[in-house]
Amino acid sequence: MVAAVSLQHVDIVFRLAGGGEYRAVSEATLDVADGEFVAIVGPTGCGKSTLLNAAAGLLAPATGDVRIFGERLAALNRQAGYLFQADALFPWKTALENVAIGLEIAGTAQTEARSRARDWLGRVGLANFGDRYPHMLSGGQRKRVGLAQVLIRDPKILLMDEPFGPLDAQTRQIMGNQLLDLWSADRKAVLFVTHDLEEAIALSDRVVIMSAGPAAHIIGDWRIPLARPRDIAEIKLDPAFHDIHREIWDKLKTEVMKGYVRTGGGAGGDV
Amino acid sequence: MSRVSLTAMQVLVGVVALLLWHLLSTYPVFGVMLLPPFFFSNPVDVAQRIVKWFVEGTIWKHLWVTLTESALAFVIGSVGGVLVGFWFARKPVVAAVFDPYVKMANALPRVVLAPIFTLWLGLGIWSKVALGVTLVFFIVFFNVYQGVKEVSQTVLANARMLGMSERQLMRHVYWPSALSWMFSSLHTSVGFAVVGAVVGEYLGAAAGLGYLIQQAEGTFDVAGVFAGMFVLAAFVIVIDAVVTLAETRLLVWRPTAAENRG
Repeated sequence: MVAAVSLQHVDIVFRLAGGGEYRAVSEATLDVADGEFVAIVGPTGCGKSTLLNAAAGLLAPATGDVRIFGERLAALNRQAGYLFQADALFPWKTALENVAIGLEIAGTAQTEARSRARDWLGRVGLANFGDRYPHMLSGGQRKRVGLAQVLIRDPKILLMDEPFGPLDAQTRQIMGNQLLDLWSADRKAVLFVTHDLEEAIALSDRVVIMSAGPAAHIIGDWRIPLARPRDIAEIKLDPAFHDIHREIWDKLKTEVMKGYVRTGGGAGGDV
Repeated sequence: MSRVSLTAMQVLVGVVALLLWHLLSTYPVFGVMLLPPFFFSNPVDVAQRIVKWFVEGTIWKHLWVTLTESALAFVIGSVGGVLVGFWFARKPVVAAVFDPYVKMANALPRVVLAPIFTLWLGLGIWSKVALGVTLVFFIVFFNVYQGVKEVSQTVLANARMLGMSERQLMRHVYWPSALSWMFSSLHTSVGFAVVGAVVGEYLGAAAGLGYLIQQAEGTFDVAGVFAGMFVLAAFVIVIDAVVTLAETRLLVWRPTAAENRG
């Protein structure tokens, strides 16, 4: 079967303002099968988001290939929905308008788009929040609107860049379960970037570990042998969860320390 | 402080100021008139003058002229500022080429242009409109330019990933962002439209509030000058209230400072 997302020997290089180059990602090779949930975990600033942007077509790799269902990606990835880490909703549109916009710009009639958007808001538990503007919603509610905004277009691939990063621990768990519910309804290929290993294991079929940057590369790939459907909170009590967590953490720990030393121990933002 | 006592205090300040003005311009203090009526008039005369203007109806023509000039200056300046701001923001090369000239034009105190506009456009309303336009244009232009340049990169990337074409980006992202910046400077630009109109009238006109004040001044009619100033202040307050009303309707989606939770 052809992979939904296939990164082949991808190098990503940024030109620096003062001249010179920064090699963010080096020789990254990764396949995500259709219907597979893959998490990329790595230390802060390792280029996880960069890799995701390459899969989205927002960044072009310096060398190597990005293939989407076997087709070489030359422009934006039209098959993918992207859930961003930062607030990406249109602040001047209501929640309902934000969800409907993806359909409206694709030519769906407004009444039809709005009624489907209402349906999607219901599915993420925000049926009564359609006329609120983003600033009137909590962080978790905004993420759910963002999720509906992306999923209403029914993309074949879902790219997620630490989508639950800014949320508190309880909200993260609720969002994680909600994501798994929605995902299990029609399994899309998911590429999920996070720095939280527990979250990665609880959600995914596979966990991929990246080394600390610069020239970050993939240093490990684990299959998660936990049964579905899962409950994020309960699965963390499963002994199998602990075994796999310990195994991956042993590998990840050294990279986290490297990243920690390199950034001077400060909280660096993701590149 | 409760709403009632606040209003009471506000009224009190006005009453005390008027009372002081009246007393000091009517009764000498130790033989010296602190506010000589020739220079300061007095509140009663000024009030009588305002009432007379409204009763006789002569003021309406002047108010109408000033309002027309301000409105035209605001509309023309805003449209120009939006168009040029958009153009420059989307075409960085154009912006870079014109940059020194824009800075130069904006650095010029606009009052010195008034005689030229009078020469070119005559004593009618258009020389005042032109002066107002030069003031409004730059405020709107800079705000729209900023608004288009500073669209959140995440929102932009999201819009692209949702499948927006360049034209749709324009309509759903750049345009609302630019408008929000323009509306946030609405008070300033409307204020400057009025300033342009009044200053223009003051420097040479046949009608308008600025003309009224200038005429009174020319005949040492201090009561007329003060009456003109009060009418002008009231005029600006009314316009400002209308702008506030428009603003709250247009910017419902924006968090107010109090509820901004980041």
